[in-house]
Amino acid sequence: MEKAPLPNRPKHRPVRHPRWRRYLPNPWVAGTVAIATLIALPVITVTSFIFVPAGEVWDHLVATVLQDYIVNSLILMVGVAAGTLIIGVSTAWLTTMCSFPGRRIFEWALLLPMAFPAYIIAYTYTGLLDFAGPVQTALREWFAWSYGDYWFPELRSIGGAIVMLSLVLYPYVYLLSRAAFLEQSSHAMDASRMLGCGPWRSFLLISLPSARPAIIAGLSLALMETLADYGTVQYFGVSNFTTGIFRTWFGLGDAAAAAQLSALLMTFVFALIVIERWSRSRARYHMTGQRSTPLPTYRLRIGKTCLAWLACGLPLTLGFLLPGGLLVSWSMATAAYVVDDRFWQLVFNSVTLAGSAALFALLLALYMAYSKRLTGGMGTNSAVRLAAMGYAIPGTVIAVGVMLPFGWFDNTIDAWARETFGVSTGLLLSGTLFAVMFAYMVRFLAVSLQTVEAGLGKIRPSMDETARSLGHRPLEVLGRIHLPLMRGSVLTAILLVFVDVMKELPATLILRPFNFNTLAVRAYELATDERLMDASSAAVAIVAAGILPVILLSRSITRSRSALQGRTAITETARMAAQPA
Amino acid sequence: MDAEYIKVTLMPLLQVNVVEIRYKNTVVTSDLSFHVNEGEIVSLLGPSGCGKTSILRAIAGFEPVREGEIFLADQLMSYPGYVVPPEQRRLGMVFQDYSLFPHMTIQKNICFGLRGLSNRAQIRVTDEMLTMVGLPGYNKRYPHELSGGQQQRVALARALAVKPRLLLMDEPFSSLDVELRARLSFEVREILKEQKITAILVTHNQLEAFAMCDMVGVMNHGRILQWDTPFNLYHEPADRFVATFIGQGVFLQGTVLTPDSVDTEAGVIQGDAPLEWPAGTSVDVLVRPDDVVPDEHGPLHGKIVNKVFKGEDVMYTLQLPNGASVMSVFPSHEQYDIGAMINVRIAADHVVAFAR
Repeated sequence: MEKAPLPNRPKHRPVRHPRWRRYLPNPWVAGTVAIATLIALPVITVTSFIFVPAGEVWDHLVATVLQDYIVNSLILMVGVAAGTLIIGVSTAWLTTMCSFPGRRIFEWALLLPMAFPAYIIAYTYTGLLDFAGPVQTALREWFAWSYGDYWFPELRSIGGAIVMLSLVLYPYVYLLSRAAFLEQSSHAMDASRMLGCGPWRSFLLISLPSARPAIIAGLSLALMETLADYGTVQYFGVSNFTTGIFRTWFGLGDAAAAAQLSALLMTFVFALIVIERWSRSRARYHMTGQRSTPLPTYRLRIGKTCLAWLACGLPLTLGFLLPGGLLVSWSMATAAYVVDDRFWQLVFNSVTLAGSAALFALLLALYMAYSKRLTGGMGTNSAVRLAAMGYAIPGTVIAVGVMLPFGWFDNTIDAWARETFGVSTGLLLSGTLFAVMFAYMVRFLAVSLQTVEAGLGKIRPSMDETARSLGHRPLEVLGRIHLPLMRGSVLTAILLVFVDVMKELPATLILRPFNFNTLAVRAYELATDERLMDASSAAVAIVAAGILPVILLSRSITRSRSALQGRTAITETARMAAQPA
Repeated sequence: MDAEYIKVTLMPLLQVNVVEIRYKNTVVTSDLSFHVNEGEIVSLLGPSGCGKTSILRAIAGFEPVREGEIFLADQLMSYPGYVVPPEQRRLGMVFQDYSLFPHMTIQKNICFGLRGLSNRAQIRVTDEMLTMVGLPGYNKRYPHELSGGQQQRVALARALAVKPRLLLMDEPFSSLDVELRARLSFEVREILKEQKITAILVTHNQLEAFAMCDMVGVMNHGRILQWDTPFNLYHEPADRFVATFIGQGVFLQGTVLTPDSVDTEAGVIQGDAPLEWPAGTSVDVLVRPDDVVPDEHGPLHGKIVNKVFKGEDVMYTLQLPNGASVMSVFPSHEQYDIGAMINVRIAADHVVAFAR
């Protein structure tokens, strides 16, 4: 036996390893943790107000409206849950498990309502169905009714808000449950049919239970959106948390009470986050191995085909075709005086704002995701997780959480400058585009981060190691290997954030600089002034941008028909895209 | 002048001194030392999870060391709290998954590590490298157009193009089929020897390690159990784990009779070198299948209880009258059925025994 003898240790110590270097923090870790802390700042601010003693306004709120806020938010959630579940699960089942003419069109077309922000569809239906709208006018003409002669459902109510939200939010449930149905082992369905279960029993006993985690995940995303909605409930006069926060701050002028309301809303949101995370991990558990054989498809006869068309066509028509058509026709009617230089200025504002937010979010996401990949330690992992929480937080809450610390910062600097130099610095951060951009990062960095992480995750670590052992520094590896390989994810990340910012309303509304308008804010202002038809051009522009990611999603669905990888592609894209906009 | 020259050449190219590596808080390897001389091809051989890949990654600079040092020639590369980044080490690395960059042509891949080369120089280097690995004319292809074996050749060419001081190979042939694996490991050894490349191969496949390497370190649970030539590992395993991990064989219980013989369940086995234990010590004696040879007049009478046909030969499991069993390998043309009784004798040159 010959053990390796220890040779003499070289005496020569190379020069370029100064020992003090080890005490410096790793720039990747430090930067990532710093960004995550900044991103978490609004939430921390808002949550910290739980511990601030309640003021007079808060007591007033508790005595008068708080109960309404909670009850209305709960009613909204229950209603939207029911609506999105019924529409989303049934259409997902029909388009994956049944075969009928037109199924392939419905497969992707059912996603189209996603392009509508809830407040836009609310404006559109109000324009259609309110007293002065074409429907009621036509009814009055036909039957020679006048005001008060007849009953017509009131759209501007909590019920109307539920319908509006369900119509545009069901695609979350549709996407995730469809992905779950596609991933299910077809052998389980085969076995169930061999044991004598028909389509309905198989659906109820096999498919539905094993898709349940995915359905719940999709549902919690839809409910997060419901809680975050401001435009619809405000327009319909439903008082819930988001409108309450707005009113408390700007009506009653009490920032602390607004923050406390926000904190209360956050507890609802956190509950949903926990449910979503938990069911996603269970959804992974439910995925069984064998996926190679095609799914069993029930061929529908003519009668059932008509029912299937009705089930799939109704949400598509009500959620996209009808309001889309109305908007286009209104905007054509009003374009002559609406589309002027001011309108193009709005388009320019929105596009540059959304574009720079998308690029900036991409840079931050790349930095954070790559730093997590490089270091892989506790610090970067939890930093990335923290930064990814933002997508669940309502824009109103973020606005409150941004304004409070920024205002404090401005006041402190101002006071200090007055004292030392006798000069007032005024507002440095509040009411600037920087504040708006910061709020966007808090809300949408998660979208970018998840997409970039997914893209990076597909590149094997040995690629990095090879490139580095061939003499390239980490940033060069990112530029020469990762970016070219994940071009698709990078474009997706830019696109998703771009569209989300285009649609965003409450945070922009609260934080924007004086006299700075975007399409979304302008549509909101016009609608509030009851100039619904004039709002249509801005709305069309927003929806047109919103269609882009839908096209992206539909493409991966179309690809999934033939190739097996496509099937995982759609689930990945679904996971990636199914975040509230 | 002369003395200094000798000193430099005697210094090992790579020195791993009492290194400890941890993942999170689990110790992967500790107190690990070995060195590799210029021009040597060595292997770290062991079951999965024995820490062999971790030590390779530490040498490459991807994994920090918690204790000890790693020297490359006279340069300190890693010590606790500091790691020279991989891109400054000038090492070559070849992975199991080839890891060619899919968005680059073969030429771009091979020249990836060479900066500032003119297009003409790139073509020259690529041609030279591709000829060396037997793939001339593949410059403009993309990795996905190549078979697994071809891709691994390109990966080797890419690693060698930068003239690395040391080549690290992590299970380089594991995703290839058996026949290709044997051929390629032989070819790679030829190339490395011709180019005078120092290399470390990490593998769990002993045949690969034996075919390619001058020295092999057998690892288990983060330790190097034996650092030796392939021949010695097989014939003189220093450790019970090495004895079972390398090759096949059974342990027979026995007692030391004289300094060079052991009385076992299969009779007295005579070795050619003295054992380290006094007479009367209980030991386990390793008997390899090729130590048990068929002999009509052999003293051992065994019943065949199992046989595995392996093509050129057959592996029999024999049960001896006293219940002990041995394995024996016979040429394929001598056929016996299960249940048959045959005579064998044990023909070991030396006794490999471990105290019980």
